[in-house]
Amino acid sequence: MSIKQTSMVAALLMVCPALMFGAGTVKGKVTFTGTPVKQKPIDMSKEPSCAKQYPTPPTTQTIVTGEGDTLENVVVYISAGAPDETTAPTQAVTFEQKGCRYMPHVLAMRVNQELKVVNSDQTSHNIHPLAKVNREWNKSQPPGTPPLSEKFDKEEFISVKCNVHPWMRGYFAVLKTSHYDVSKDNGSFTLPNLPPGKYTLTAWHEDYGTQTADVTIAGSETKNVNFAFKAKAF
Amino acid sequence: MGKLFAVVVVVIAIASAVPIVMHTWAPPVDISTHGHAIDEQLKDTMVEAGISFLGAQLILAFFVWQVAGRKDGPIKTFPGGARVMVIAAILLVGTEILALGVLGQKAWADVYFTPAKPNALQVQAQAGQFAFYFRYPGVDGKFGALHPDKIDEGNSNFFGLDPEHDMDSRDDVVTGELAIPVNREVHLLMHAKDVGHSFYVRELRIQQDFVPGLDLSVHFTATQTGRYEIVCTQLCGLGHYNMRAYLSVLSPDDFDKWMKEKAAQ
Repeated sequence: MSIKQTSMVAALLMVCPALMFGAGTVKGKVTFTGTPVKQKPIDMSKEPSCAKQYPTPPTTQTIVTGEGDTLENVVVYISAGAPDETTAPTQAVTFEQKGCRYMPHVLAMRVNQELKVVNSDQTSHNIHPLAKVNREWNKSQPPGTPPLSEKFDKEEFISVKCNVHPWMRGYFAVLKTSHYDVSKDNGSFTLPNLPPGKYTLTAWHEDYGTQTADVTIAGSETKNVNFAFKAKAF
Repeated sequence: MGKLFAVVVVVIAIASAVPIVMHTWAPPVDISTHGHAIDEQLKDTMVEAGISFLGAQLILAFFVWQVAGRKDGPIKTFPGGARVMVIAAILLVGTEILALGVLGQKAWADVYFTPAKPNALQVQAQAGQFAFYFRYPGVDGKFGALHPDKIDEGNSNFFGLDPEHDMDSRDDVVTGELAIPVNREVHLLMHAKDVGHSFYVRELRIQQDFVPGLDLSVHFTATQTGRYEIVCTQLCGLGHYNMRAYLSVLSPDDFDKWMKEKAAQ
């Protein structure tokens, strides 16, 4: 067999389970009950180059809600049932420092996937992921410098801060699975291409903690799973 | 050659005194009630140090001129002997330091040995790597207790307040800029969150260190509205160069408006 034929067979074998049994999808919404704490405006007056980018000061992003009590920035992922995936995707994920905030506020990535950190501001940043399981590091990034490249080799939820701007806060969700999503502004998430099996779904929020749900995918079907977190008044 | 050196010494000494005497570099505008005393003290120090400097340089040049081209080896003894010189130096420097201390003690005492007036506006200042934060007690006039374990900077809880359990802290106003009313005394209560920092506003003529573990305070009255820079003048780490905040001196009406706006957030 030529290399081309071999690779075609290999590709066929890989998609075989999906072709034979179909691939399922888990869809759902993340909501909250109760009244969440009011987000405070961020005082960036010490960094005029950032402050002037906002007509009104932006608020903290710990609790970001949408219409219909939906909750944004919740990481939903398969925490059990799927085999660990060891090969990291070749595409990098990007974490941007813009207007003295982190974009996105919560960034999910795979173990060993390349993380690019970009400074789009006119000021220096010093990104400091407070990793406990992974190696902790912090790197200074003056304006105009090329993106930093990093990766994490263990699964962990990591709080990220800037050593220069105390108000800056973000999160990395480093996951072993490729089946994950971060809830959008309408609270929705989608995990496609799930082979048949029994899975545990975990939803993680930086302040409200985690919730889990079991789901069984039998064939090419779409299952609906919703999460509802209890909001804290303080 | 020696005589030329003596002339150069005189020229350099006089040239460096000229811009000082001519007030080439004016100090920044003084916006405080006590600043004039500090400026007077600095002027006295400058005059006194300037005269000493010029005197010393001229004496040096005189001796160099005298011994220039001398044939019979180096001079082995100082005129009058070493003892006379040491006593003269101690008397001269001692008088100088003592005089400056006596003249300056009022400026110092006005800031440090006199308590703030009871109706002074109380503001807490916290220095941490690499930003200043300020806290006002709110309408109840009481500062809520601090709980360092509750500090959560990503949620704007820079001081470690506990609004869930502590009613006093609920109306506390925390800001990144220091706004104060003009012509009203301010009592600034200072503490450091991590390492040593310093609170320096040139126009206020105030420079006071933050020392970890110590509650320090300064009091002052600003006399001109405007926006001034507060900078950290104690090397505190990597981001020291970027550690600053702004001081807004507002009219009483503007200050009330500002405070209402901040309290509503």
